[in-house]
Amino acid sequence: MDSLVDIRNLSFHFGSTTVLSNISFSINKGDFVGLIGPNGSGKTTLIKLLLGLYKIQKGIIRINGKEISHFSDWGTIGYVPQKVTNFSDTFPATVQEIVLTGCLSNKKFPRRYTSEDRKTTLDALKKVEMQGFLNRRIGELSGGQQQRVFIARALVTRPDLLILDEPTTGVDQVTQNKFYDMLGALNKEGISIVLVSHDLGRITRHVTKVASLNKKLDFYGTHEEFCSHPDHDADHHCLTIKHGSDCKEPHCAKESPRC
Amino acid sequence: MLELFQYAFMQKAFITGIVIAIACSLLGVFLVLRRYALMGDGIAHIAFGGVATGLLFNLTPFLGALLFSLVGSLGILKIKEKTNLYGDSAIGIVSHAGLGIGIFILSVANGFNVDILSYLFGSILAIRQSEMILSIILAIIVIGVIYLFYNELFSMTFDENSSKTFGIKTSLLNTLLILLTALTIVSSMRVVGLMLASSLIILPASSALQLKLSFRNTLIASVGIAVLSVVLGLCLAYWFDFAVSGTIVLLNAVFFLFIQIVKMSFRLYSGVLSVSNND
Repeated sequence: MDSLVDIRNLSFHFGSTTVLSNISFSINKGDFVGLIGPNGSGKTTLIKLLLGLYKIQKGIIRINGKEISHFSDWGTIGYVPQKVTNFSDTFPATVQEIVLTGCLSNKKFPRRYTSEDRKTTLDALKKVEMQGFLNRRIGELSGGQQQRVFIARALVTRPDLLILDEPTTGVDQVTQNKFYDMLGALNKEGISIVLVSHDLGRITRHVTKVASLNKKLDFYGTHEEFCSHPDHDADHHCLTIKHGSDCKEPHCAKESPRC
Repeated sequence: MLELFQYAFMQKAFITGIVIAIACSLLGVFLVLRRYALMGDGIAHIAFGGVATGLLFNLTPFLGALLFSLVGSLGILKIKEKTNLYGDSAIGIVSHAGLGIGIFILSVANGFNVDILSYLFGSILAIRQSEMILSIILAIIVIGVIYLFYNELFSMTFDENSSKTFGIKTSLLNTLLILLTALTIVSSMRVVGLMLASSLIILPASSALQLKLSFRNTLIASVGIAVLSVVLGLCLAYWFDFAVSGTIVLLNAVFFLFIQIVKMSFRLYSGVLSVSNND
């Protein structure tokens, strides 16, 4: 398997507080990794280290074989944040204006958009089924539609890896399921995905690997391996595997009448 | 009635006013959306200290204001970065220190030959050729930098964290934005005065934001409102002998109010329409 991201002995501290301790794992091309863990477990910090937003204190991260400090091809990594910094429903921007900003990662000063950028913007919006919203203001869209727009912004450079930090916070369950199905389809097209989530249950159908984090890496392996582990028996992330397709548990993701 | 366009002092006022209105209103959209709206006010206070210092040392007040504004705006950023204070507290500390310097120098110098009030409240009709040229140069620098970094500034204003992942140097652009604010305040000092300088930054942008347009069209609307207020303000001030700066700022406030009233009327009208359709 080709390794896309290789993390070795990664540790990170905020002052005297340890946030990540000796993390090592690899993400291969085509993987769909569900990154789970409780609040304060270091998930977002790990993502920010992967994106080069924090400086590495100890350990190594390699992307496509290059150490992250020398990595510059950021267009190959798409990022969908949990919360967009200054975004409010009154922000004056159209879907096209927002998705186009994704093209900036491939440009040098003066960063100007080309007609090719406008075409790839439309292609990215087609992938998330939002092509009809090109000239709509972002604030007029529902939470689920806004998330699709942010995914389109991350897809516009045709990335190898898509990183999503709890992208469905505040989005209703039906929309979440559709959203995860869309991610599954993108993964099948060959895009590797790292999805930070509190609730693996809903994305069980799509993830190929699970990384369970709690400052240390508690587990990294396939979803089946994760759930066959005795410590994870009662974990709601595993209900689908344990209970099969007739599961009536609230967190199960299988297609039973209640799940 | 239209003879005002023939006078050289009015022509200078129109040219300077329009160029500065464009710079202020463009920058204003970015500052208001980034919640830096009061940065202009803070820098104007610092500039007042610079004007007084310039007068004390027989330098041109313009130069004093420029130096104080640039150093003060960087000071605001440093205080915010090095302490646990929020941005508004950092603005407050530096701006009041600047204001304090100005008042202190005024009191020890026992008055100046130059009318300090003309810097506080503006005197665009009495603007000198050199001041006009300097104001226009500063405003053109501001407009040029915004044009060059437009896409990065938009991206950063919308989503700073993601912009960092696009390779945009956001802390550098933040510094640039603050320095541009300093340049804008100094360039508009003679048009509306330091007391009202930030009004040309905040009001047209805030009015344009009410229109719920795309980002590009919001910028265009902001510029349109600012230019209209300057042109109309100068005409009204000439015809009715009003204070120019006050008229320009009041017109901006009227435009803001007008947009609110039109929006409310539309809402009421569509409410009535939907009720009658349901009946």
